[in-house]
Amino acid sequence: MTARAVVTGIGVTAPNGLGTAAYWAATLRGESAIRPVSRFTPDRYPARLAGEIRGFSAAEHLPGRLLPQTDRMTQLALVATDWALADAGVRAGDLPEYDMGVVTASSSGGFEFGQGELRNLWSQGSQYVSAYQSFAWFYAVNTGQISIRNGMRGPCGALVSDQAGGLDAVAQARRHVRQGTRLMITGGVDASICPWGWVAQLASRRLSTSEQPDRAYLPFDAGACGHVPAEGGALLVVEDADSARDRGAATVYGEIAGYGTTFDPHPDSGREPGMRRAIELALADAGLAPDDVDVVFADAAGVPEQDRIEAAAIAAVFGPLGVPVTAPKTMTGRLCSGAGALDVVTALLAVRDSVVPPTVHVTPAAEHGLDLVTERPRRLPVRAALVLARGYGGFNSAVVVRSPHPQ
Amino acid sequence: MADEFTIEDLRRILRAAAGADEGTHLTTDIHDAAFDELGYDSLALLETGSRIEREYGISLDDSTVIEARTPRVLLAAVNARLSIEKRLVK
Repeated sequence: MTARAVVTGIGVTAPNGLGTAAYWAATLRGESAIRPVSRFTPDRYPARLAGEIRGFSAAEHLPGRLLPQTDRMTQLALVATDWALADAGVRAGDLPEYDMGVVTASSSGGFEFGQGELRNLWSQGSQYVSAYQSFAWFYAVNTGQISIRNGMRGPCGALVSDQAGGLDAVAQARRHVRQGTRLMITGGVDASICPWGWVAQLASRRLSTSEQPDRAYLPFDAGACGHVPAEGGALLVVEDADSARDRGAATVYGEIAGYGTTFDPHPDSGREPGMRRAIELALADAGLAPDDVDVVFADAAGVPEQDRIEAAAIAAVFGPLGVPVTAPKTMTGRLCSGAGALDVVTALLAVRDSVVPPTVHVTPAAEHGLDLVTERPRRLPVRAALVLARGYGGFNSAVVVRSPHPQ
Repeated sequence: MADEFTIEDLRRILRAAAGADEGTHLTTDIHDAAFDELGYDSLALLETGSRIEREYGISLDDSTVIEARTPRVLLAAVNARLSIEKRLVK
């Protein structure tokens, strides 16, 4: 029998909450963290709102030795990993180092660090560039630093598929567990709210230029006008279910039960985008029918054409108004590779507490035919949840998480 | 140009270049402690060497820096370089 991959630990660094408890409480309260950019002066840029993590001091959580060699996204990822391992009750030395691996997603790498060193290069000269630039801005740096800090020498990798990457990483972690690795750290954190990262994201032409925090990111609303970028994400401990039981894992949040991924045909081809197939592949992989899914966590692009594509895919599989849909990322903004990972966490917490958090500020447009959970949380038993994420350029991914207590 | 590169200068530059773990080697005599035991790897030494070069206006071979196993060896190498530069200036 194929090993079951279960989530036993969670670490969250989100704009509306540092730590799982703070994030979940804020999310159920419908607390948005979208505000004017504070990490640099955004006045001369067309987009000026972001979901920033405030009040995070890396020095409070990490050894001084790690600070000069890490970008902000790596500092957040290392702290989220510490929290996830503590949550799972795993301490250094509990498992052999080759039985633990790391797969994270990344969208931009360490842009803030890279920007600083490139500025040193052109303003002062090559001898002023930090030796740590040799790795601190790489896509794979979070995986590497997590591996080194926690002595995890099993399978390691990094996936780059924008927002879909957070789900692709979770699926890759599940593959490694099925191939015999006992424990994987997986998820994603991005943090590129700096001028260079901002310009790179502006190039997508999908950023909201609204200056009203409650009107800037409105997926599935008639007023949808792009998205608000954000920073943060989540790291999860994924284990072989039997191995987790053997070591006496205190909590099993749920099972990574299904995964599907597709790539869109060229937009001018006239062919259907890949989202519906990604959903169907994930359900088939989990062995579930559409009726078995209690809630869908939408990708929620906030761009009218993209919203129509996603709503059509959901309606094609579940029927019009056929399943509750939500987008808690309306409270944080879009987290790049962190989004899929954070939505998997949110889905697992919905399973645990039988409650679906709301999509804030949105009045759903009738044309989408979605049963969108708005304004306040909706209480309902959640045995299985579907999480969707798309990456810029055509990536579609879907993950099914299932309650650890099948009824 | 500074006359001498001291252990205090090295401590300060190491801390700026590669950080320091609270209380480990800040108060003890580190002259003969190996850099790897102090937690500084070859990259940390490269960054340290590059900061010394910038601050003192000298140039050091990468191998001189990386092959210095202890602060005493690195101090000697930097000070030898400083005295050569000083003679050249005269």
